[in-house]
Formats: sequence, C-alpha cells, structure tokens
Amino acid sequence: MIHRLTYPFTREQTEPLQAGDGVRVFGLIYTGRDRLHKYLFEGGACPVPLADGGLYHCGPVMIREGAGWRAVAAGPTTSIREEPFMARILREHGVRVVIGKGGMGTATAKACAETGSVYLEAVGGAAQVLASCIVRVRGVRFESEFGSAEALWELEVADFPALVSIDARGVNLHHRIEHASQRALARLLANEKKDGRG
Amino acid sequence: MKQTDAWGASFLELIRRASTDLPVDVERRLRAMRRAEDPESRARWVFDTILENTALARAKSLPLCQDTGTPLFFLRTPRGTDHLHLEKAICSAVARATRKGWLRQNAIDSITGRAYADNLAPGLPSIHIEQAPVRQVEARLVLKGGGSENMGMQYSLPDDALDAGRDLEGVRRCILDALVRAQGRGCAPGLLGVCIGGDRSAGLLEAKRQFLRSLSDRSPDPALARLEARVSREAVELGIGPMGFGGRGTLMGVKIGSLARLPASFFVSVSYMCWSCRRQGFSARPDGTIARWFQP
Ligand code: SF4
Repeated sequence: MIHRLTYPFTREQTEPLQAGDGVRVFGLIYTGRDRLHKYLFEGGACPVPLADGGLYHCGPVMIREGAGWRAVAAGPTTSIREEPFMARILREHGVRVVIGKGGMGTATAKACAETGSVYLEAVGGAAQVLASCIVRVRGVRFESEFGSAEALWELEVADFPALVSIDARGVNLHHRIEHASQRALARLLANEKKDGRG
Repeated sequence: MKQTDAWGASFLELIRRASTDLPVDVERRLRAMRRAEDPESRARWVFDTILENTALARAKSLPLCQDTGTPLFFLRTPRGTDHLHLEKAICSAVARATRKGWLRQNAIDSITGRAYADNLAPGLPSIHIEQAPVRQVEARLVLKGGGSENMGMQYSLPDDALDAGRDLEGVRRCILDALVRAQGRGCAPGLLGVCIGGDRSAGLLEAKRQFLRSLSDRSPDPALARLEARVSREAVELGIGPMGFGGRGTLMGVKIGSLARLPASFFVSVSYMCWSCRRQGFSARPDGTIARWFQP
C-alpha cells in the first residue's frame, strides 16, 4: 500500500505507517549531510523551521539556472554516518521525516518511537528519478560554510518515492531481513559440512 | 607533448558514456532479476526505479548516480606507445568531465578535508597501463562508487571465525560472509569481484579487474566457474534483495580470478560493485580516434 506524506509532516500522517510500506512525499524537504548534522547536534541554530519537517540525506549536484537552481542528480547518501547525531536532532528540533539510504541504528529507532518520526529510504543510485521529483529549489543555506554538497537545500518535491525503513513504533525493516539472511547463511554452511565430511 | 591528436576527446567521451550509460549486459541482467521478483513486491519496485533511472540518465546524458565514483582506467597498449602521453590525455579529460558535470567533485584531501576542483589528486584518477600483444590501444574505464567500495573485504585464510580453510570451500565461505555483511548497503544487487591469492594490494586490484568481464561469461577455470555459479545460486536464498529490502535479487553475479601466493599467505579479496556498474571501453587508432566501442 502506498501512503502520501505531505508537508508539514504531522504525527497523524506518520503514525499509521509500517516498516516496509511504500510512500510518496510531497512538499518541502531539506537536504543535510555530515556537516549539517554535526552543526545541529552541537546546538547550532537552524535558519529554517525543522518542526514537522523532512531531512533528506543527500548531496545533490546543482546547476545555476537563471536566478535559481536546478537539481541534476539527487540520490540519497548513506544514512548511518549520521547515527551519532540523529536521535538528538529528532528530539530537539522536531524533525518528523528522515530520508536516506542503507538503514539506521537503534538510537534512531528509539527516537523515532518516542517522537512519532519515521526513517524512509529512497532507492540508492536513483539520482535521476529522484532529481525529477524535485519541482523547485527554493533556496540554499550554509552553502559558503559547508560547500554545495553539504549545504542545506530547500527542495519542493512531488511524488518522491520512498519506503518506510523505521516506522513510528521503532520497528526496523532491515533487522528482520538481516537476521533471516544470517539464518539462511548458517543453513547453507551447515549443509556443506554434512555433504563434505559426513 | 602537443594535444593535436584525438586522445583527449576520446577519453572525455569514454567518461561521459561510463557515467551516463549503463552497459547493456548489466541492464539486461537487471531486467531479468526484476522479472524474478513477485509483482507488487518492494523488490519489484526497486528494480522498476533502477531501470527508470537508467533510461533517464541515458536520455538526458546525465550521471546515473551523483556519486560518480573512483575512475579506474585500465589500458593495454602495443609496444612503443607513449604511456605518459596517454596519462596526460586521461587527466585532462577527467578535469574537463568534472567541469561538464559527468564527474562530481569527488576527490577529498585526506588531511585537510578539502575537495579538489578537478578530480586530479594523489592517486586519482587511478590509471593502470600495461603493454600487451595488441594492435591498437584498448582503454577501459570503471567508475566505482564509494558506498559500494566500503563493502569490500579482505580475508586471510585460515579464518577460524568463518571456519574457512585454504581451499575453495574456504573461499566460498568468505564470499558469502562478505555478502551477508554488506546486506543492501552497497546498493544491492551488487556484483562481486573476487581474487584468490596475490599479496594484499595485488589481490584487491585483481578483484576489481573482474568487473571488466561480461556478466554472462564464465571463468575459464572449471573449478572457479563452478564456484561462481554456486555462489550466484546461493545468494538468492539469502533473501537480502535489492537495497536490502528483501527479495531474490541480491547479487548480479560473482566473478572469481586468482593470482599466485606465497606459501605463508592465502588472501581472499572481495570487491563489491553496486548495481550502477559503470564500465565502458574502446579501442583506438594511433592518433587516438576511436576504432571501436566495446562493452567490456
Ligand atoms: S553505491 Fe549506490 S550511491 Fe554509491 S555509487 Fe553505487 S549506486 Fe551510487
């Protein structure tokens, strides 16, 4: 089942979601990578309101177009690098939707459960599909301080496809799959022992 | 040396193709893997997105992925070819491709953290040139993304934790271990390049050279061919699926090569390539004009 998430991302929208569900995101989201997360974690003031907001782990490739910008490639980057910072940012800034790739850890899952937030994953490597969902680049913050890839880009997206990786109860989709794969591996290796030595 | 020849333009086009145009054998494999997933499944959705992305990148001549990776150039040249001249042409093409947006500013100074403007930096691009019994220069480029590179492993056998000895069964255990550790994080479905033997540096380079092989070929060594087929089959049972969201499509393939080793060492080097397996190649005339494009 595909859910719609529209900014501002209220608890009413995130709470029904379950790990593994498909979603389409509409409205305003902000990009942020290592520099922004560290800055917010250390108590830096945010120039945009993050409450009920979305934070996209992405270092887009932007080109100037007239007075504005256009995203030419905007896929997700690995989220686990932000694991040390994420829980505090969810609790203190009220970010409700985080988007990235590769999965996040138990501290983030715990904070999701406390704050009714969700962690979504976009398809890694799908830079063109995801750039085409960016309907407008509203502006950019911290560009001179952090550089273009690490800056906070204000993006308006429509029909942005993602999957619920950690839901608002803290259930983590990858845990189940990872454990199942470890059991499958143990079976594959056990069979071999029987064949080889029995 | 004067740049009056076509080498610079040929290498620039090689980079453009590699960054924007997924090889046909890779796309064909992804389509087949899509069909193997249940309709309406998460895995099917990931493959649909991947294939849509591939078509968009090709049509717009824009990078498949914003991480344009480490450029790995592999060249085979006839005797008497000026290698320094070719290296210069490659470097100028890399700088131009960066300005044109086919490569992202992707080289970071490891001490200061600053980005190099043109991707020309110590160790980058990575160029491997060798003389070979060929009539024309053959140039191949692999773009290897950072997220996938982080999933690589090197094992030293015997390995007690894996119960892996110095034989092909031990190698199999290493490959499956690397795959389960990676889950979907290197942007699965991946392609594994493996080298048995060599020293540590030669082993990992040889593992990466396996990415030059066509997805549909088999190792000429029957024992390695059997192991490749077996691990590919077993990967399906792991259920990791594309992006680690669950499913059958965990692995596009596994390619295994080998190098001699010292009696004391037995390394198994595993390199993980993401689904965005970007590689292209050409052969060129002495003036650098393209004689033929090939998908390695
Ligand atoms: S690992 Fe993923 S994000 Fe990195 S280059 Fe490959 S497809 Fe792109």
